[in-house]
Amino acid sequence: MSMLEELKEQIRTALPDLDMVIAWEQGFDAAHGTPLFIRTEADVDRLMVGPLSVQNPATYLPALVKAKGAGKIGVVAKGCDSRAIVELLQEKLISREQVVIFGFGCNGCVSQALLEGKIEEAGKYSAELTGVETDGRTVKAQVAGETLSFDFNDVTFEKCLTCEYPNTLIADHFVGDKVEVAPGCEKAPSLEEFEKLSQNEKLSFWQEQMRRCVRCYACRNACPMCVCRDHCIATTHDPQWISQENNAQENFMFQMIHTMHLAGRCVECGECERACPVNLPLMLLRRTMGEAVRNVFDYTTGTDPEVVPPLMTFKVEEENINERGW
Amino acid sequence: MERKFISHDDITAWLDGLAEDHVVLVPMKDGGSVSFRPYVQGRTPNLDRQAVPSPKDAVFPQNETLLKYRFEKDPEHLDRTRIQVKETLPTEKTVVVGARPCGTRGMLTFDRVYDCDKNQDLYYRTRKENTLHVTVACTRVESTCFCHDVGSGPADGEGSDVLLVPVASGYVAEPITERGEALLAASQFKAAGDREAEAEAVKAATVAKLPEAHDYSDSAEKLMARFDDMEFWEEQSAKCISCGACTYLCPTCYCFNITDDTTGLTGRRLRSWDNCMSFQFTLEGSGHNPRPTKAHRLKNRVGHKFAYYPMLHANAIACCGCGRCIKSCPAGVDIRAIVKAAQNYTPKKEEGGDES
Repeated sequence: MSMLEELKEQIRTALPDLDMVIAWEQGFDAAHGTPLFIRTEADVDRLMVGPLSVQNPATYLPALVKAKGAGKIGVVAKGCDSRAIVELLQEKLISREQVVIFGFGCNGCVSQALLEGKIEEAGKYSAELTGVETDGRTVKAQVAGETLSFDFNDVTFEKCLTCEYPNTLIADHFVGDKVEVAPGCEKAPSLEEFEKLSQNEKLSFWQEQMRRCVRCYACRNACPMCVCRDHCIATTHDPQWISQENNAQENFMFQMIHTMHLAGRCVECGECERACPVNLPLMLLRRTMGEAVRNVFDYTTGTDPEVVPPLMTFKVEEENINERGW
Repeated sequence: MERKFISHDDITAWLDGLAEDHVVLVPMKDGGSVSFRPYVQGRTPNLDRQAVPSPKDAVFPQNETLLKYRFEKDPEHLDRTRIQVKETLPTEKTVVVGARPCGTRGMLTFDRVYDCDKNQDLYYRTRKENTLHVTVACTRVESTCFCHDVGSGPADGEGSDVLLVPVASGYVAEPITERGEALLAASQFKAAGDREAEAEAVKAATVAKLPEAHDYSDSAEKLMARFDDMEFWEEQSAKCISCGACTYLCPTCYCFNITDDTTGLTGRRLRSWDNCMSFQFTLEGSGHNPRPTKAHRLKNRVGHKFAYYPMLHANAIACCGCGRCIKSCPAGVDIRAIVKAAQNYTPKKEEGGDES
């Protein structure tokens, strides 16, 4: 039985005890995936798991488990998605009894933005992309009736290149074999490039980038850890904390608030950057903060549900913070 | 009005001239994206694709200062404060070059609300009068395109002043309005000659690529029939993450918010785009919110475009079919699929029945 068929079988068996199972199906064309909320057996047939299963289903969990009369929610989770689930558990935003996790080994996802970039490089019009297939090494894209081939590593998300957790970390059901692949690189190439810049160049870089932010808050709402939802300080009117003015300075202010609120919480699932309609390189902010947290607290977010996140507790003497030595 | 021709090589020279006395907004490669930006001499605009954000910023900017104010204390009577208010009407003349027919036509949605017998929005009206639209006809059909479903087409000149039709070595320029015709007096525009026929062939070839048009004419009636069916809307909105990518990129969304930015004794009153997907959009002062969930809010967005607006404005659908909301939705919400689900709705069978 194929991995997909096996997963469908597991979902069918578990479904009677669940409100729904969150997974993916094909989106508006063969080049896009979209979240699927499986409520009936008939829905199970629409399940799609693969390189286009990009959305992080954990984003929906806090609201769903809080809903009136909520029962158990099933969720199919990639490794990175499962880190978000673990972090939500650590922060007690969901409880383990409320979720049933279907796991698998993930071979990486295809980034629509990078794929479109490659298609443009090949002299084609990316908007005519109608289909994507991959065997995990090569990606074949159908563009206006032609098939273009790309190296998987060239069109996968940087988070997949650096992924250390391709297998769902905690799962009630696991389908197929575990993926045993070492990360393609240790550090995200874009971060390495960014870190070479001087402080002033970094500022200019962000001023240039933030100009085009449309403040649609897709980055915030796609984020599994942005749980303030309707009460985010970026959009409350009373009090109104930040100006509605749309310019580089105010946009950067919002993005920095987002970054700070994710300190020690962000699992680097990349949803903010993927969701951004104008392709802001938001993962540079997330990874920089992630590295700072790892260095200061020897802590990697969302890997162990039993651990209390370092910023949700305190130590009288932090090991890596020199508080009194001066 | 006479059609003209401009070669690819002459585009930047023409834009240089235009930019001398206009703000010229063109689609520019901007990071990993294409946005409308003021034309800068020497930089080639991306006229061969749809920009990610819509061109509406020219007539309805994301932010505009409505007025500036200053509080003044009376030194003789410190309990008295006077306010000086200065309105700030836009004065710049703008030309948008390189929007697509869908986006340009989409902006006509605003007229029925902000420039009609009942309402005259001075800011909108001034910008509209100061803005010209040089639109590029489409030669490609994307999987998110549905302009022809909502009464338009890939070479629709409605709302434009000039329509540029791509031909082999440049564009055939069709003047739509007199102001558009005046733009074509620039020296870079030559007689179109045989290229007129080529342009017509290009238009026909694009139309031939369109899938069969979907009929949305009963969408108002069918959506109103689902108005109180929250189960339907919960199902349709399940994957929506309630962000504003759809509304902020939409050429026809026209809701705004007004906030005051005060620093010390001076400040500005800002008008900025609002977003009906946001919880705050209908949050009342009492704390009550008539649209408390994303299901209520998505119902409003779809309903407004395909039911409430058409019912108020002679069946005009407030959607231009540009597909931005579909293409840029992080969760893959497809407005076409939602309207179609309402159009094709059949009641679910009772529990225990055959679900298929």
